[in-house]
Amino acid sequence: MELIMGLIAGIIWGYIFQRTRIIRFDKQVGLLLLEDFTVLKYLLSAVMVGSLGVNLLAQLGIITYSVKTTYLLANFLGGLIFGLGWALLGYCPGTSTGALAEGAIDAFFGILGGILGAIAFAHTYDWWKANIYPIGALGKVRIPELISMPPILVAVVFAAMLAVICYFLEKKNL
Amino acid sequence: MKNGWSPYLGGALTGLLLIAWVLSTTFILGKTKMLGASTAFVRVAALVENQINPQAVKTLAYYQKYKPKVDWKLVLVFIGVPIGAFLAAVKNKEFKVRMIHERFQRAFGKNQVLRAAMAFMGGFLLVYGARLAGGCPSGHGLSGMSQLSLSAFISVAGFFIGGIPLAFILYKRRR
Repeated sequence: MELIMGLIAGIIWGYIFQRTRIIRFDKQVGLLLLEDFTVLKYLLSAVMVGSLGVNLLAQLGIITYSVKTTYLLANFLGGLIFGLGWALLGYCPGTSTGALAEGAIDAFFGILGGILGAIAFAHTYDWWKANIYPIGALGKVRIPELISMPPILVAVVFAAMLAVICYFLEKKNL
Repeated sequence: MKNGWSPYLGGALTGLLLIAWVLSTTFILGKTKMLGASTAFVRVAALVENQINPQAVKTLAYYQKYKPKVDWKLVLVFIGVPIGAFLAAVKNKEFKVRMIHERFQRAFGKNQVLRAAMAFMGGFLLVYGARLAGGCPSGHGLSGMSQLSLSAFISVAGFFIGGIPLAFILYKRRR
């Protein structure tokens, strides 16, 4: 069942990826060059809807959060390394397979590199775990608890901030 | 840019997809699951390593966390997304075999070997970094920020602080 659900979600997501063009190398690199904000507009509007829905459902007790543990240094360093790879590849993990499926064969080499990267990480995980993960290990922290504000209020304010950013992007014709 | 969707429409639909996903996993599987992509690469890595170096899969702690099995994320990223993107591309007559993209060509010309090498290196760093950070733009960006999780904001900041300067160095140059 789990696999069928993953398949259906993937097909829908891949379809959206292709229709919005965010799986294109030029769109992804365009964002990093601050020239084309399509990918950012896509992500921000997804998070806008997602944060309102997820927080509402969780606060009503219908779903539970599934928050990743915060490791300040590992999160940031990993993010940096990801960013370097992102600029070189021009796709992210989720869009690389979709890019290949619309004919971008360069994505194939990125996927191969990605699998090798995962193998390399598995072999070096113990070192990061012993030396880097403990630095700034704060547990499963969420912003609302961190600033002692009601989650729904934070979600609404956050979504409104994202809407303002999108409005600004449109106003400046970006 | 003919007949594509607005990124706002696609984004809103993706937000709804996340909501539908957490609801259906909660009710059908009995546990709320969030969307993510980079773990799929770890599953493939574990399956590959299980063939060539099974000893490592037995001993490495990371493979105890992520055992070599076909899970829903692997199906989502390696089967579902390609099918969806392929259908959308074919339906709209946009399937096109290509190796070189405009912003690459402006800086590096039509060097296919260089493009393949950069893509390979990029893919390596991308997934290595995502695993260290604990997620990618799906797991941290979409699911993490939607849950207002601190780790997501730190990681996403890292994505851009790493990516923007290197992109400027690589692609702002003119031939």
